[in-house]
Amino acid sequence: MPKIVAATGNEGVANALRQVTPDVCAAYPITPQTELMQRFSSFVSNGQVQTELVLVESEHSAMSACVGASAAGGRVATATSSQGLALMWEILYIASGLRLPIVMPVVNRSLSAPLNIHCDHSDAMGARDSGWIQIWSENAQEAYDNTIQAFRIAEHLDIRLPVMICYDGFIIGHSISRIEYLEDGEVQNFVGEFRQVNPLLDIEHPLSYGPLILPDYYMEYRKAQDEVASKVSKIVLDVADEFKKLSGRKYGLFETYRLDDADIGIVILNSAAGTTKDVIDEFRDRGIKAGLLKPRLYRPFPYVEMGEALKYLKAICVLDRSDAFGGSFGQMFLDISTSLYPYDKKPLLINKIYGLGGRDYLPEHAEHVLNELIEITRSGKVKAYKEYIGVRE
Amino acid sequence: MAEIVEIRWHGRGGQGAVTAAKVLADACLSGGRYVQAFPEYGPERAGAPLRAYNRISSKEIRMHCPVLRPKVVSVVDSTLLDSIDVSEGATGDAIFVVNTSSDAKEIREKIKAGPGQKVYTVDATRIALDCIKRAVPNLPILGALVRVTDLVSLEHLLEDIKKSFGKKFSQEIIDGNLEAAKRGYEEVKEG
Repeated sequence: MPKIVAATGNEGVANALRQVTPDVCAAYPITPQTELMQRFSSFVSNGQVQTELVLVESEHSAMSACVGASAAGGRVATATSSQGLALMWEILYIASGLRLPIVMPVVNRSLSAPLNIHCDHSDAMGARDSGWIQIWSENAQEAYDNTIQAFRIAEHLDIRLPVMICYDGFIIGHSISRIEYLEDGEVQNFVGEFRQVNPLLDIEHPLSYGPLILPDYYMEYRKAQDEVASKVSKIVLDVADEFKKLSGRKYGLFETYRLDDADIGIVILNSAAGTTKDVIDEFRDRGIKAGLLKPRLYRPFPYVEMGEALKYLKAICVLDRSDAFGGSFGQMFLDISTSLYPYDKKPLLINKIYGLGGRDYLPEHAEHVLNELIEITRSGKVKAYKEYIGVRE
Repeated sequence: MAEIVEIRWHGRGGQGAVTAAKVLADACLSGGRYVQAFPEYGPERAGAPLRAYNRISSKEIRMHCPVLRPKVVSVVDSTLLDSIDVSEGATGDAIFVVNTSSDAKEIREKIKAGPGQKVYTVDATRIALDCIKRAVPNLPILGALVRVTDLVSLEHLLEDIKKSFGKKFSQEIIDGNLEAAKRGYEEVKEG
């Protein structure tokens, strides 16, 4: 029997971690991740979970301890946000390069300066090419479900790669909503027992992690890593199928909403996708063929599947909650452009930057974008390829 | 009940408005409903004006932004009426629940309530001082809100308060809060 609760996103994810019971969790608090780790450390203190919690002095140390614990043979998790993820930067690449299946919720927050604790996607976008798998979540239920699935994906023997589960700081992390929890036993059966392939603590079979590889082999190692990452999509789908049997909830590489016969579409991540769906319904009620695509597996990016899903549209707006500044575009815009590049006939594409540093994304912003897309399909002309919305002039 | 009810709370830091929104969300989970409760996060200081929100719906709630057109507005501190337009964006049939010792008709004039809008008052601070000896008016006003919106029964709300407060507080404080919520429910007046 699933248990239905009213809980914050952070509370839900902490409960997922408790249900999975990693061997080791090394973490450092940072807003808005703090509530998640505070709740998980309460579980540890109260004896509700048998995880060794290592309280370190920084995120650089947190990720370093995770790397050590994972290589030693443990199932390992941590969590962070914003500056914390930035400080882990160096060790992120070591975790993925060593093929260590560490699971890390990232509660999305803007980066300093200027100092701001609220939601945008700059933190995780900065780590998108670190070799980690990235799975993004619209709401608390998805954050909970994705955290459980992440262990199965990360630890799959064909890949063994670390996974970030991204969800919006405050908007999802600190807001209370309805979450359906699986039973502890169901989650434990689903993730199964973890066995590290080459544990450092297997002293009968000594081995080295992280030796120097000079130009004669470094590139072959990287090519192998690229090939491994190309297997991720299929595993994400297989795990999603199994998860659906358990929970009844369906997940894919991305979610499409009223997209099949759409002329115009919005591509948008996380919580803002929910708000946009309500506006799309209003436009559909008026007879306008609008749809939405919400990426879930963002790294490795499923370029082919994404291109196939979007190529029939007339005009698309990609909304990014992060920016690359100046002449460049939001990170997701670049990925969507790339996915459509191979097609001769393709939609007109525009990019909007929204919601930086926690600026509210309101229904009127989605309306504004859809109205502009209607105008573009009428005139065939694009006024500006990139523009900030919800901002003072 | 309408498909979705959106609620906006106006209070000051330390008055328990955020807790009230959380308790309401939890109590409204019954019957397979979907709920949201979230405050507007800023620098949290005792006494500073704050807003919190609820959405209660029979269908999945996908909207993740502040409530802009509330059907219910709960004013936990009536001194805010002098500095904040609490009726901003409220629907034509909105329900206002105001913590005040003043007459409900007076409050109706002050917030310029429209003909379709209803204004209710309850002296929640007085009730809180009587029941818990502290000026934390959140549960009496929650009791009043539940009465006039009919979102959950009083019994259900009291059960939920017991559950929410049970882990953290002494029996004396729990009993005081239950009494406070009950009196809020009973003493609310229409203007």
